[in-house]
Amino acid sequence: MTEEHQTLALLLFSAFVAVTLGITTWVSRNRRGSAEEFYAGGRLFSPMENGFAIAGDYMSAASFLGVTGLIALFGYDGLLYVVGFLVAWLVVLFLVAELVRNCGRFTLADVVAARMRERPVRIAAGTSSVTVSVLYLVAQMVGAGSLVALLLGGTSDAARAWTVIGVGALMVIYVSLGGMRATTWIQIVKAVLLLGGTIALTALVLMRFHGDLNRLLLTAAERSGHGAAFLAPGLKYGEDWTARFDFISLGLALVLGTAGLPHILSRFYTVPTARAARRSVVWAVGLIGGFYLMTIVLGFGAAAILGPDTVRASNAAGNTAVPLLALDLGGGAGSTGGTVLFAIVAAVAFATILAVVAGITLASSASVAHDLYASLRRRGGKPRSEVTVARIAAVGVGAVAIALGLLARDLNVAFLVGLAFAVAASANLPVLLYSLFWRGFTTRGAVWAVYGGLAPAVVLVVLSPVVSGSPDSLFPGIDLQLFPLQNPGLVSIPLGFLAGWLGTVTSAEVPDEVKHAETEVRSLTGAGAA
Amino acid sequence: MQPSKGRPCGGGAGQESRVEPLDGHEPVPAEEAGQLRYDDPWYDALASGWGESSDEAQAQPVVPSARTEGDAEAAAADVYLEVQRSAAFQEVRQRYRKFVVPASVAFFTWYVGYVVTATTAPELMARPVAGAVNVAMVAGLGQFLSTFLLTWAYARHARLRRDRAALELRWDTQELTRGVSGGAS
Repeated sequence: MTEEHQTLALLLFSAFVAVTLGITTWVSRNRRGSAEEFYAGGRLFSPMENGFAIAGDYMSAASFLGVTGLIALFGYDGLLYVVGFLVAWLVVLFLVAELVRNCGRFTLADVVAARMRERPVRIAAGTSSVTVSVLYLVAQMVGAGSLVALLLGGTSDAARAWTVIGVGALMVIYVSLGGMRATTWIQIVKAVLLLGGTIALTALVLMRFHGDLNRLLLTAAERSGHGAAFLAPGLKYGEDWTARFDFISLGLALVLGTAGLPHILSRFYTVPTARAARRSVVWAVGLIGGFYLMTIVLGFGAAAILGPDTVRASNAAGNTAVPLLALDLGGGAGSTGGTVLFAIVAAVAFATILAVVAGITLASSASVAHDLYASLRRRGGKPRSEVTVARIAAVGVGAVAIALGLLARDLNVAFLVGLAFAVAASANLPVLLYSLFWRGFTTRGAVWAVYGGLAPAVVLVVLSPVVSGSPDSLFPGIDLQLFPLQNPGLVSIPLGFLAGWLGTVTSAEVPDEVKHAETEVRSLTGAGAA
Repeated sequence: MQPSKGRPCGGGAGQESRVEPLDGHEPVPAEEAGQLRYDDPWYDALASGWGESSDEAQAQPVVPSARTEGDAEAAAADVYLEVQRSAAFQEVRQRYRKFVVPASVAFFTWYVGYVVTATTAPELMARPVAGAVNVAMVAGLGQFLSTFLLTWAYARHARLRRDRAALELRWDTQELTRGVSGGAS
């Protein structure tokens, strides 16, 4: 990469950072500093604004860089990912969005704690929410690192490390100063930029093939060296039964995990009513669906125009396929068009990472302050304002994410996101659905559902080939591998549901009929909603 | 923490709900209070005289003073049971479930079927349909299409069949809770 690329990309990116920091200061100018304001932005966003913000929260660097890379390298098997990411929104729309908006205030634990003994339930749900958020954050950090490696040419470790640290520091500033209001506006700006960039690139790819999708696909298949097999499933997940089960596991995690992601749930609290929450999901489905359809074109376009070898040569996991594609579409390395497009894509990808990272940091600091700190702090200790605790928590979460991001920098980001989804689906979704729909659910059931999903998911990952026992592992030197699959979802999601059921039927607690009535009436009508 | 029946759903933010002894009772440690609830769900409903915390007022500005006595709280809780048993609420719930249950089963089966077929029967998925397009492509785009269609259908169903009734129930319920909590002055 030449000097010009770097300068222009850095300029554009600095402009984005300047604008977003401006938004942050402007928004926090006359802030009241209440929890309502910090966690939920005053609950006054319109459905369209929230729809864009949800899309901005959800369309992560993992989809923009990771999934397009997977399609470029493995063809149809990358597309399987995309389908899961989109279909997941039906779970959110049908079962979660409106009811959670009506029933909770800031976090997932609010919904569960309304029916149960508060303390154990809050600690459990808070712990799992923080775990999910940290995993997701690491994925974004890794994406930022690999992007800068490409941008700055040499893959110097110091440059990558400093990028990860810089992204972490920025996100802490956004979140702790601006809260939900600033985070939302950053996500809206980012969603518009990302969609604009994707539309432009897709149009250029289609123009290259004169609008002939058929030829695009045939060229991609031909250049991939796999022929027609490139356009059918099986290249990545079809070798043996382990790989097949691995994908089924991932597919389940993707479709069930979205509804358990804390940073997605917290977005529903930023609109005034359940109806607005529903309409924001409809907006989000439209935007996200359109975006993923375009990433499919970009992925196959990268395979057809660059060829998988070029993509692989730049980054073995394929994370840099889109920036390379932009360079080529603009006229190739050295041309003005190429330089500009490359710089735009790199800056958009950075913006994406920053916005997603800010959303997750905010959600996890809410879990720490609103659920964990409130339940665990010493009684009689000096009470601090919850918002202050949340700000401090944002710094702590940022530090943890930076450290793990540096450690995990060579993993494919799409895979890391799959892991976060698996934990969300195993630990958060069962307890949420049981609380909303099961009359007989009890406190013990709730606690068991969370830990019964969280513990297997985490333990299975530790025992999986991701962590040890294969050359691509995080710790290739040691061998703890007992579980063959990379993604624990297939086992841990059913375990989460099973544990919740088991905890409920074995507990002596009589389910509180009145509180169930309250939850049900509130969730469906919105009576007394915050 | 605070075992009051009338607090907003999920309203017990540790911070705000941390026991303000509004009428002279000593704050009860959370665990003890929880234990009482565990043994006998009715006990604390009657005993919890220290009323609703500040977040009741914060969450529901329409409710004036939320300083209720135990009896009033139990009555407020009864409102929810009463509403839950009412024909109007049952109708809303049934309409919601009648759409959501079959639709969820349908899309989930369709998705799992798609993923399992794609991984276990790639040769079926590779069968060409037209040009470069094969069964796998058609199925993948079909998933996109079905998601868009179901989103549209759900939003339409909720708007036409549920929203109005739910809104009426919401006001009725809030009127009733306000009435019994003695704050309707």
